[in-house]
Amino acid sequence: MGEAVIVVALLLVAVSATAAVAVRDPVRQSLVLAVLGVVLAVLFTVLQAPDVALSQLAVGSALTPLLLLLTVRKVKRRGRRRRENEP
Amino acid sequence: MTAVPHVLPYLVAVWVFLAGAYGLATSRNLIHAVGCLSVCQAATYVLLLAVGYRDGATAPVFSDVEPGTRPVVDPVVQALALTDVVVGATVTALLLALVVQVAKRHGTVDPDELTELRG
Amino acid sequence: MNPRTRLWLVATGGAGLAALLVAACLRLPRFGGDRHPYGDRAVHASLERHTANTVASVNFDQRAFDTLGEMTILFAAVLGCVVLLRQTRDEHRAHPEPADVARPVRRYALLVLPVALLTGLYVVAHGQLSPGGGFQGGVVAATALHVLYLGADYRALERVRPVGAYEVGDALATSAYLVTGVAGLIGGTAFLANTLLPYGTFNTLSSGGTVPLLNAAVGMEVACAVVVLLAGFLDQAVEIVDEGEDDDRAGDGHHHEERGK
Repeated sequence: MGEAVIVVALLLVAVSATAAVAVRDPVRQSLVLAVLGVVLAVLFTVLQAPDVALSQLAVGSALTPLLLLLTVRKVKRRGRRRRENEP
Repeated sequence: MTAVPHVLPYLVAVWVFLAGAYGLATSRNLIHAVGCLSVCQAATYVLLLAVGYRDGATAPVFSDVEPGTRPVVDPVVQALALTDVVVGATVTALLLALVVQVAKRHGTVDPDELTELRG
Repeated sequence: MNPRTRLWLVATGGAGLAALLVAACLRLPRFGGDRHPYGDRAVHASLERHTANTVASVNFDQRAFDTLGEMTILFAAVLGCVVLLRQTRDEHRAHPEPADVARPVRRYALLVLPVALLTGLYVVAHGQLSPGGGFQGGVVAATALHVLYLGADYRALERVRPVGAYEVGDALATSAYLVTGVAGLIGGTAFLANTLLPYGTFNTLSSGGTVPLLNAAVGMEVACAVVVLLAGFLDQAVEIVDEGEDDDRAGDGHHHEERGK
């Protein structure tokens, strides 16, 4: 039973990590990374590492995606202005 | 128990690492590349915790378990992974700050366009 | 290098690395095996020093020097971000308009905020007993503060978050860790050695000698660091605009769209 949960969690991690790389748009990627963070937290919990799961949950599902989104917003705003000035 | 599940966690870590490295090498956007780097980081946590796991053991926390009654998993690798999760996030933030600077200076976050700019 | 050559190079290198890694995996100790010599010794040492959470014991006692290194990396990364994200001469601040927030959102955000903040502090305080500690609790407490941005608006967040104070807090926490380490040295043993304070009663808040102190220092540093980092990025994304950047109308529409998420 415990083994099966670990195997399922491992496969979910592999799938969501692949998705996080395959999604090329940074906004979508940050959402997939948030999912990856949650799945990793689940895996760490079933691997009996609640300490790591807690920090992964806080960092992986909230902090990193938030930082990525804020960067995208800043960069996009600049990009838009540049395109307007060019023609 | 077959032999496959006993190497599966290690193979998953390898797969996640290689996927992240592939994303890094082929990325067309520096923000996306930073996201791929955090995927690579995740692979190291999977590997570390897989090495420390012990069948039928519980978490190495004795606030509600009488010491010595149950086997526990390895706390050393957990401590390594735990600090790196948080410190790694701040390093990701530093990389993103660099990306913001690159965007300000050169007006693009495409690594190929940046290479052309140099010439 | 053209994309074709690069892809070819990546494929060759990746295949080689994959082969080596898989070969290494096959010779690693079996997953779930029973031989963990370092783990067993760490658990033994932790129980001897009355620390219920062995992971905290490894971090703040047995490998406290390593954690000092990690803290230094964290501190340097935050310092780098502050320098890179500062406001330059050709940029100015656009003051974001006070935003209307839907009533239910405001109510729930203001309800969640104290609970989340308290959870973060609880997790820091009980680091040596239950799963958690300075690293996790610090992140939770710092991100909890930013719920205010969802519930009220950016100006409200700025009022409870004087960035300068948090930068000072970050530095103070790092020094507190160092001072505790030096105290061990002066106390007669070694740098960061856990011999200064009595180990206390097992499974109580004051157990573990210097572990709770170092844990609290790390909690404060991480919380301040995350607040400073997010402040830098939020300033860049919301407030700081340079000459001619579309600040008001379009930026504002975008603002609401992102807050909806």
